[in-house]
Amino acid sequence: MYVAVKGGENAIDNAHALLAEERRGDPSVPELTLDQIKQQMTFAVDRVMGEGSLYDPDLGALAIKQACGDLVEAVFLLRAFRTTLPRLGVSEPVDTADMTVRRRISATFKDLPGGQVLGPTFDYTHRLLDFALAAEGAAPPVAAEAAPEDMANLMPRVTDLLAQQDLIEPEVGPDDTDRHVADLTRDPLEFPAGRDLRLQNLARADEGFLLALGYSTQRGYGRNHPFAGEIRMGEVAVEIVPEELGFAIEIGDITVTECQMVNQFTGSATEPPQFTRGYGLVFGRSERKAMSMALVDRSLRARELGEEVTAPAQDEEFVLYHSDNVEAQGFVQHLKLPHYVDFQSELVLIRALRREAAARRNEAAE
Amino acid sequence: MTAPRTSPSQDDGYNFAYLDEQTKRMIRRAILKAVAVPGHQVPFGSREMPLPYGWGTGGIQVTASIIGLKDVLKVIDQGADDTTNAVSIRRFFAKTAGVATTEKTDEATIIQTRHRIPEMGLGDDQIIVYQVPIPEPLRWLEPRETETRKMHGLADYGVMHVKLYEDIAKYGHIETSYDYPVLVNDRYLTAPSPIPKFDNPKMHGMGALQLFGAGREKRIYAIPPFTRVASLDFEDHPFEVQAWDQSCAICGADDSYLDEVITDDQGGSMFVCSDTDYCQRRVAAGHKGAGDA
Repeated sequence: MYVAVKGGENAIDNAHALLAEERRGDPSVPELTLDQIKQQMTFAVDRVMGEGSLYDPDLGALAIKQACGDLVEAVFLLRAFRTTLPRLGVSEPVDTADMTVRRRISATFKDLPGGQVLGPTFDYTHRLLDFALAAEGAAPPVAAEAAPEDMANLMPRVTDLLAQQDLIEPEVGPDDTDRHVADLTRDPLEFPAGRDLRLQNLARADEGFLLALGYSTQRGYGRNHPFAGEIRMGEVAVEIVPEELGFAIEIGDITVTECQMVNQFTGSATEPPQFTRGYGLVFGRSERKAMSMALVDRSLRARELGEEVTAPAQDEEFVLYHSDNVEAQGFVQHLKLPHYVDFQSELVLIRALRREAAARRNEAAE
Repeated sequence: MTAPRTSPSQDDGYNFAYLDEQTKRMIRRAILKAVAVPGHQVPFGSREMPLPYGWGTGGIQVTASIIGLKDVLKVIDQGADDTTNAVSIRRFFAKTAGVATTEKTDEATIIQTRHRIPEMGLGDDQIIVYQVPIPEPLRWLEPRETETRKMHGLADYGVMHVKLYEDIAKYGHIETSYDYPVLVNDRYLTAPSPIPKFDNPKMHGMGALQLFGAGREKRIYAIPPFTRVASLDFEDHPFEVQAWDQSCAICGADDSYLDEVITDDQGGSMFVCSDTDYCQRRVAAGHKGAGDA
């Protein structure tokens, strides 16, 4: 009668063999190559690199292939690889003012030095399914008109323009001088969290979670009056200073998207009225996430700016503890692990409670 | 029964037991601190593991930091060695550390567990490593870490006593049947991890070192050997453990924690030991249950 639960090992092996088969799909369809993923699924690769905290498009593409396109699973694969890597050095801060800009827009000024550059964007496309794309083998699209060569040199950041007139808070705080930057991948989260730690957490955070939180601030849950001061996307150089050299050398370029929100602030007892900042920076082309991050960053500054903390997006324990999709997906899905010991103890309890309740009813009836 | 003890060879692609030595040292420091302050949750720089958070990453990191070549590892989930996640974790260490593994409780030097303490008493030459999902016993009463740390600092556990009292006032019983809070060394309120309260008395004065790892929550805590561990209760409502009217259908044990197995859709069920090693030993010793057809 009793079927022994032995056989876990075989079951696991067979499950993984099935997964490999499903991953490949119909063998008569050509296998997806990493180059195809890297070149034609760039937003997916960018998201996986950003939330996986590892800038490597080849590994990002591999993770996506291995995860059959499940991006959160791909993020997990990349994170588990990242954690084994040695730390050879710490980069200098990247200078986004020096970016090779491919896209730059400001919602606060109609025109500004360097101008508005739309770049490659889904914005203003009509979301009509393009059935022409379904027919494969079309000729490559005609190259768009190139932007002027010297574009990058003429492109100061909008917030720097505001800072020149003292209208926005200074970017460097008084406590930023020791240059020690928190790292939540090495040390456990501690509260209250500094802005460096919060920004690191947000940069790795699940895009959907940040999007919903940012959206909630726009609908009144901790409103912070944002303007998209500037969004820019392009390539920045990463530099390190090897100890034996003593000066900075470039080790490569990375694509990033930066969003600087400019937020209204009426001043406090110690601060004059001025604009405040919300900051978002993510790997690759992830504008939606950079903007959400900037909204949430500004919300999390409520305590520092003397604003009342009333909404989830302003609550750093709530946001920072729940933003990481690798942590969240693991714990949510651990519910499918066996819990029959605990469930049995609940069964014992609920049966006892029901017996007692029935006895009380009988007593009352008599 | 033949001993299912095996010694696979280590995979050369990884450092011994997966974690790099720096990380292991950091974790061992946290463990030492945890042993020095029994029941106190020590924050540590938990790493991302190739297994998901919530699936034993804390326990795995603790085990990886203390395991040596001569250790013999047993991994159980729900008391059983052959549940899928226990198999997966045991394979992980067999692959990355090449250590011997066993299903026999008394052969193991390290036992990593989820949700149970073996029925067989553990000795002072053993270490039991618990996988912990939520290390904070006050979490359901106070969601904020900043607040609960304060409460621990002040040993202010009134809120938990009030919760237990309210249970009794409402239901006539304390409604917590697993992860039942304990006071360690008369000082720190501690989560025993989601073991059934049936296992709580085994924690008291246990010969083995008890280590608790919570990977996602980045906390380690410990109960040193022979430490006082008291389950919270009231003088007029003393702590009680679960009891069954049935005994194990396979080995006839009436002193072990039983799992209920549904046998048909007519309400039929049978009860078997959750601790598979304990059950097999009894069968080997000639004990028989009523339902083992």
